[in-house]
Amino acid sequence: MIRVAGAGWVTLFYKELLRFWKVSFQTIAAPVLTSLLYLLIFSHVLESKVSVFGGQVRYTAFLIPGLVMMSVLQNAFANTSSSLIQSKVTGNIIFVLLPPLSPAELFFAYVLGAMVRGMTVGLGVFAVTLWFDPGLLQLPHPLWALAFALLGSAILATLGLIAGIWADKFDQLAAFQNFIIVPLTFLSGVFYSIHTLPPFWQALSHFNPFFYMIDGFRYGFFGLSDVSPWISLGIVAGCCAALTAITLALLQRGWKLRP
Amino acid sequence: MTPAVDVARIARRFGRVQALDDVSLAVGQGEFFGLLGPNGAGKTTLISILAGLVRPDRGSARIMGHDVVADYRLARRALGMVPQELVFDPFFTVRETLELQAGYFGLAGNDAWIDEILHHLALTTKADANMRSLSGGMKRRVLVGQALVHKPPVIVLDEPTAGVDVELRQNLWAFIRKLNQDGHTIILTTHYLEEAEALCGRIAMLKAGRIVALDSTRNLLSRFAGITVRLVAPAVPAAWLPRVLRREGSVHFLGLERHAELESLLAALREEKIEIAELALQEADLEQVFLRIMSGERATAAEAVTP
Repeated sequence: MIRVAGAGWVTLFYKELLRFWKVSFQTIAAPVLTSLLYLLIFSHVLESKVSVFGGQVRYTAFLIPGLVMMSVLQNAFANTSSSLIQSKVTGNIIFVLLPPLSPAELFFAYVLGAMVRGMTVGLGVFAVTLWFDPGLLQLPHPLWALAFALLGSAILATLGLIAGIWADKFDQLAAFQNFIIVPLTFLSGVFYSIHTLPPFWQALSHFNPFFYMIDGFRYGFFGLSDVSPWISLGIVAGCCAALTAITLALLQRGWKLRP
Repeated sequence: MTPAVDVARIARRFGRVQALDDVSLAVGQGEFFGLLGPNGAGKTTLISILAGLVRPDRGSARIMGHDVVADYRLARRALGMVPQELVFDPFFTVRETLELQAGYFGLAGNDAWIDEILHHLALTTKADANMRSLSGGMKRRVLVGQALVHKPPVIVLDEPTAGVDVELRQNLWAFIRKLNQDGHTIILTTHYLEEAEALCGRIAMLKAGRIVALDSTRNLLSRFAGITVRLVAPAVPAAWLPRVLRREGSVHFLGLERHAELESLLAALREEKIEIAELALQEADLEQVFLRIMSGERATAAEAVTP
């Protein structure tokens, strides 16, 4: 029984939740397992070889927030992009285009749904990885971590929305993911501190917005970061606002959806 | 009274194809209106513009007086649309599909109405079945149900009976007719001319993005009441070639204005020593009208545009 009172977009938001919840084994359990594998392998290989934050933090502990944030980001992207492309390919996108939903309502319903998916997977990864380092539960700045998780998932959900609307076929979406999202995520410092990089790559990392999301999120766990969390917050919030404005303008023009 | 649908000088181009070219028409409240035309004539583009799925390059469209672009919320609330493709969301059951669709319109707790829809569409026993498990005809009925969840005064059906078996087609017709009797305005696009003839009070025929005929079904039938001659013969007299509507091998369909013309046709055949294998007369039906208009009887067609 589906009972959602209020505005139409609330139902769309709820449908987006149901969509991934009905296949939660694939949308939640699978990414949690993947992250766990990353942790097992990388921490086993690198624990004794890599020193981060001048040796103040164990590598495994350092890695966990990175993996949590990576799961949040990847799953937020996956939710909007897969929902949109599936609806477009099967044609059932018409069900959300016919009702009187405004561009902003469409945007918030899809983005919020994807944020919930990202945060749910992130929490799942965090819960499982705590077993490796229970001390992480006493994070010194939980609000900082929450702020970056929310903003990061919103950014990736928005990117997923753009990619899902842009792509006409599944392989185009896969290209967007493999050539833009994955490289930016992997080169953002999930697995390493950028201070361990040669100067050129360190400088280049500063142009990657994903770096600030991960670095700011990690600050919430250790009170330590590669750049000031305020700078990261400013950059991440700026990216989020800019992407939101661009996407709303695209939806307003009916780009691809209402030709 | 405000027209249910008011289309004013709509034009739309897709790349090099002029899908709609200066189309205007008005459909009154309570009408049962047919939109006919061959594939690519612009029917689906026109109703997509009414539903806000496609934007016009020029011109405007109103549903119950609400502009589909400027005043889209009220326009969409007033319109229910059954798409041509058999689309569905495989994640949900029939009931969930209808509840979600109602929810998108901001409606909750209208279970009584949803039960009624399910009943009328003979879907009650399938209410909790997943959409994936339904036959094509059932999926089509769910699409009709989705178009009705918000009780729209105007209902647009884009080829609703395409690929639906005969029995179900009769049921759907009966249901749509009942909706019309209850006061809904119905706009139907169809390939089945007998369907349009049986149901529609008024008809617009589209060809290459333009309206080539717009009149009541009765007027169209009487205006083109001319008789069609089905002639099986090796050839047609030279003077009669312009009157050939259609040709399938040695079977020729010729249009006559009056029965009296038959005499001169027979005379011409005798004169040119053409042997008649078979000859039959066919009364006008919408198919004949359609063929005549589409084969380009320009003068008559132009006359038909002025109501």
